[in-house]
Amino acid sequence: MAHLVEIRGLRVEAKTDSGRRIEIIRGVDLDVADGEILALIGESGSGKTTIALSLLGYTRAGCRIAGGSVTVDGRDMAALPEAERAALRGTMVAYIPQSAAAAFNPSRTVMEQVIEVARIHDLMPPDAARARAVELFRALALPEPETIGARYPHQVSGGQLQRLSAAMALIGAPKLVIFDEPTTALDVTTQIEVLRAFKAVMKESRAAGVYVSHDLAVVAQIADRIAVLKGGEVQEVGATGQILARPTHPYTRALLDAVEPSAGAARPAEAAGPGPLLEVTEVVAGYGRIGPDGMPLVPAIRRVSLTVERGRNLGIIGESGCGKSTLARVIAGILPPVSGRIALDGTPLAPAAAQRPRDALRRLQIVFQLADTALNPAKAVGEILGRPLTFYHGQRGRAREARIDRLLDMVRLPRALKTRLPGELSGGQKQRVNLARALAAEPELVICDEITSALDSVVAAAIIELLGELQRELGLSYIFISHDLAMVQSICDRIAVMVAGEKIEELAPGDFGAPGTHPYSRLLHASMPKLDPGWLDGLGRDAAVEWPVRAGAAS
Amino acid sequence: MKSQIAYLVLNRMAAALVTLLVVSFTIFFATAMLPGDVAEVLLGQAATPEAVAGLRTAMHLDEPAILRFLRWIGGLATGDLGTSYANAIPVAKLIGGRLANTLKLAAVTAVVSVPVALGLGILAAVLRGTLFDRVVTALTIGVISVPEFMIATSAVLLFSVYLKWLPALSFANEVQSLGQLLRVFVMPVLTLSFVISAQMIRMTRAAVVEALDKPYAEMALLKGASRTRVVLRHALPNALGPIVNAVALSLSYLLGGVIIVETIFNYPGIAKLMVDAVSTRDLPLIQTCAMIFCLGYLLLITIADIVAIVSNPRLR
Repeated sequence: MAHLVEIRGLRVEAKTDSGRRIEIIRGVDLDVADGEILALIGESGSGKTTIALSLLGYTRAGCRIAGGSVTVDGRDMAALPEAERAALRGTMVAYIPQSAAAAFNPSRTVMEQVIEVARIHDLMPPDAARARAVELFRALALPEPETIGARYPHQVSGGQLQRLSAAMALIGAPKLVIFDEPTTALDVTTQIEVLRAFKAVMKESRAAGVYVSHDLAVVAQIADRIAVLKGGEVQEVGATGQILARPTHPYTRALLDAVEPSAGAARPAEAAGPGPLLEVTEVVAGYGRIGPDGMPLVPAIRRVSLTVERGRNLGIIGESGCGKSTLARVIAGILPPVSGRIALDGTPLAPAAAQRPRDALRRLQIVFQLADTALNPAKAVGEILGRPLTFYHGQRGRAREARIDRLLDMVRLPRALKTRLPGELSGGQKQRVNLARALAAEPELVICDEITSALDSVVAAAIIELLGELQRELGLSYIFISHDLAMVQSICDRIAVMVAGEKIEELAPGDFGAPGTHPYSRLLHASMPKLDPGWLDGLGRDAAVEWPVRAGAAS
Repeated sequence: MKSQIAYLVLNRMAAALVTLLVVSFTIFFATAMLPGDVAEVLLGQAATPEAVAGLRTAMHLDEPAILRFLRWIGGLATGDLGTSYANAIPVAKLIGGRLANTLKLAAVTAVVSVPVALGLGILAAVLRGTLFDRVVTALTIGVISVPEFMIATSAVLLFSVYLKWLPALSFANEVQSLGQLLRVFVMPVLTLSFVISAQMIRMTRAAVVEALDKPYAEMALLKGASRTRVVLRHALPNALGPIVNAVALSLSYLLGGVIIVETIFNYPGIAKLMVDAVSTRDLPLIQTCAMIFCLGYLLLITIADIVAIVSNPRLR
């Protein structure tokens, strides 16, 4: 046989809630050679994780391998009895999960879980396993390799956990490592460190890899070959350079376009209105008792000031925990600030939403990150959109129905969706409904809190495009909050950079990476993955220097 | 972090103490509000007003309620449970043997039902969706829906009347051999086990199912761990909190909630004593029994909460 992995005619069936069987993988053929890293790329639902898991002879609940073979090192994982599969897991094929934070058992120490593979398969005595684990920790550039294993998972940061999960996978010296979107949940600056560590240990161990991701730029750094998946079928396979330079399939081209969104289309310069639309001055917010210095016990926002001009967009960027979402909640009045002023169109707003007049609420709307939790799953789309119409505009009956239709048109959704429940819509459709609900109020300012983070890149790019069109049609202003610099740059006129609750700088989109700007802004800019396969290796070590405040933000 | 555990545990114990105080207050004033004058009831129809007044003074009934409460609670704290109104025997003596009987029954029931219930619950969770799981689930729902007197009477009908294997009544004081002990205990224990197991099975199943659905259980499976290992080493430790709470809630029922079972089997336990005390308006006895039930309940729940606190890795 020629290859370490040979997948032939793989078909996987899933059982829906109604008991219907549908085929989610429809006859896939793939090969992975010894020591080669193959990337599986595609949007959610394309079947990339299902294929990767089939290499371990495993399917998630409700799914089963219906046909074909998955041969790893001469053995068909699809046909082996469960006990023999279990014997190969961890020793022949190892798995690195999407969210290490969830994949580590919270009640046991990291070390126990890393060396569990050796214990299960009786590979080596515990002391030898521990020594090997420490070696791997060191190879993965983890801090305090000698003692980090004694900690519990919640005492270790997300990026470190992700590297620890790589140690957990490599301790059994597998021939094949499955990476299941291992950096998707990480901040860009952390992603670099983790990718670099992965790349180093994979080179060292000479193991082959299957890297599942929806991010072409990330994949470009680590994969030798790329397979593009859609609807449970392979659309295109090729060497990384070839896929990036000469994509043949239209879907691959759409994926490539989504990585580098076209820089913001020129917005109409109708700078009407004399003053700024929103003015936030010296706002302090947080949780807990307020100390004598006027700061709350756990401050989340420290004296942040910003302005949004009418018809212009302000981006707020920063890593998880920097306070950007809290700032959105403060502006919307969900979390009343401790001190500071918020003025809409020159009129001061009360701290809490409950004290604000209904018209002020109408003019300032917020769209949340997760449409799944923001939309009531028991209400049809029409009802969800109808409620703000009645609340803000007193519309009822036929006028309301007509307006709901227009709103659906506005967000480019078919009117027939009116009677559907949110659970029946796709992620992108739900986010459009979420947006339409904010538009129903006829706002002047819309706060978009990470609205594209949970979406696939192609779907997210479409939402961004929609935001631009709506802005031209309705003259809206956006506050666009995200951790994705490219996304923010593509739509915003000004971008505020936040670190640990403080706004450290405000830049024009084109000024990122320019000399003289704050080192953190430069770090953010440098950390954005590029499609160039040599990007990660070409990065100077200085680009990934541990930024001092990160230690606090990471925990 | 260690000090945080100590703080939380102490906090929990203080809360239990305060609850106990509030409950004692409630018990005392609730019984004090019962209609009728104790002295008149005790002396019967032929009581002269002088005799009633004399007795009231002797029993401190003419003092303000709050003073009587303090006197009573002080007595409880120093081990003086008062004297029964009905037969002038110290309450402690009346309760002593009965409490031991109830605890004996509770202990045997716990030893039988807890392992069986946890085992069934875990097994049902592991074999989720199979015939076994469905049968267990259906049976537990069935048992929850059937009132315990129904189970008890059916058991008597089956084992005593038709099969004639077991005596219909329990005389726990006449137990001399292990065989007799078994004969006395089988039916009450069976009935009580049915009643308390159902909840434990359901909670255990739910908690283990939840833990098995977590990514870390899948991760363990993908490391090559066997199903047994995934359940015992990964799922169970994280499901401990809710399981211990369900067990504590179920067991607390064995102290105060066994009135029906004790009555049907004529078992001389403390719950039956309390029912008798109510019919003779024996206030000190009622109050003490109520306090014992409450104490047992609080003790079990507090232990369960402390176990949950200590087993929480985030506090380690």
